[in-house]
Amino acid sequence: MAEFFRELRTTTGLNFTIFYDPFDARRFGYAFLMTCKLSVLSVVLSLIIGVAGAFAQGARFAPLRWVVAGYIAFFRNTPPLVQMYFFFFALGAITPTVPDDIGMEVPMVSSFTWALVALSLFAGAFNVEIFRSGIEAVPRSTVEAAESLGYSRLGAYRAVVLPLAFRVCLPSLNNNLVNLVKTTTLAYAIGVPEMLYVANQIWSDSLNVTEMMNVLLLLYIGLVTLLVWIMHRWERALRMPGYGT
Amino acid sequence: MTDLPVLLPFRPPTPRPGLEFLDGRWIAYLALAILLAAGAAQAQGTPAAESAFSVILKWTPLIGSGFLLNILISVIAMAAGTLIGLALGLCQISLLPPVRAGSWLVTQFFRNAPWLVMLFYCIFMLPFRITVFGEVVEIPNWVRATIGLTLPVMANVSEIVRGAVQSLPHGQWEAAESLAFTRGQTLRQVILPQCLKRMLPPWMNLYAIVIMSTPLTSIVGVEEAMTLTRGALNAERRGDLLIPMYGALLLAFFVYCWPIARLTRWLEQRNQVRV
Repeated sequence: MAEFFRELRTTTGLNFTIFYDPFDARRFGYAFLMTCKLSVLSVVLSLIIGVAGAFAQGARFAPLRWVVAGYIAFFRNTPPLVQMYFFFFALGAITPTVPDDIGMEVPMVSSFTWALVALSLFAGAFNVEIFRSGIEAVPRSTVEAAESLGYSRLGAYRAVVLPLAFRVCLPSLNNNLVNLVKTTTLAYAIGVPEMLYVANQIWSDSLNVTEMMNVLLLLYIGLVTLLVWIMHRWERALRMPGYGT
Repeated sequence: MTDLPVLLPFRPPTPRPGLEFLDGRWIAYLALAILLAAGAAQAQGTPAAESAFSVILKWTPLIGSGFLLNILISVIAMAAGTLIGLALGLCQISLLPPVRAGSWLVTQFFRNAPWLVMLFYCIFMLPFRITVFGEVVEIPNWVRATIGLTLPVMANVSEIVRGAVQSLPHGQWEAAESLAFTRGQTLRQVILPQCLKRMLPPWMNLYAIVIMSTPLTSIVGVEEAMTLTRGALNAERRGDLLIPMYGALLLAFFVYCWPIARLTRWLEQRNQVRV
């Protein structure tokens, strides 16, 4: 395969360094894994924020509801990139540093962690709303039935409301998670070595902007397609008889 | 396996009914937040140095002009994207299979590509100058960035149009047909007028997403609010300004986006009552 791409370079000028240069291949491979890691972790974290936030929104303790409402209003209405800069540059500046192996002072919270926190909080704000709308679709009588069986509020939420609500809001959730995977490219701005960042390094070294751009686009579309496919499979597996199509 | 329904019909997210889109209580919260932020910024400044609040005031005209560029980019991208997207969306419901498949593919492609990658694409791939009638016209960075934002807007509008048309009951098409309307007439006089109302909330949502994506252009070197904020921070060279300055920028976007979000919700609710 390496031969083929070397051949391609000499014959057509299309320079796909990542397919024949071991150094580029390795760093691009790591970048791909980094994007996957960032996507998976932020999807999981944002789901947790969504579930917990939706539960807190139904709490009897009003200040808790206000905090959640404020969190949603703020994170939904400010640009994710500015949020990320705020986290990394502003909050990153006041977090303590620790000495690394060679005695250099490095920040305790890495840029990857800040990217993960920013992305999860951003997507989580949308997830709370999505889960809330799903919870509203669960009939009051179902919750009452659970209560009459002796479920606590948390118990009913976990065992009755959430499983039903989850199925209802899967399509909207699907959409938001796709958006989240696409938003991971923003980690580029704070220097997380993910695909866009490394692709940028590669095309600065080898001047193959067009080729890397197309590889990048195809890979992202591939990732998103994979996610959509998994979510559709899951949606079908969780389908409720007599509801929806 | 039974076929008993176990859920109420799904309703998209709605707030409590009767809530005005700009509620006085919310405005009070917002004012309080701004005051607190200003106070915190004031408290952070060391007595010897200029206080954070006055530094922010000093830079406001410059960063404000950058913010106007953000708004300009978002408006142009939205306008152009809507026009092309409408056409693309109508192609998606065309009766000709090749047109339908082609426009579907274009829509899916631009909808699923990350915005930042799209932006890089347009910045690097589009020519930085073109020759029109022998005259060399320079294309500034921000115009190319705007084109980069137009493409995903186009694809999203296309999906909104398709969704709105398909959400109308079939009876509308059949009734128009039985009145001897042609397909074009049905679309223009029956279907699209009804779609407009359904398309407005998602369209405004999309606008909020577009304005929140304009800071992305700072990565490719457009001199908008984000770039200018970083420039101001570099000029000031003070670590304690980082939180107030970025906080102020966040707040600026919030103040611009949040009324739009409230208005969208209010429109959604109003439509829900009538439909």
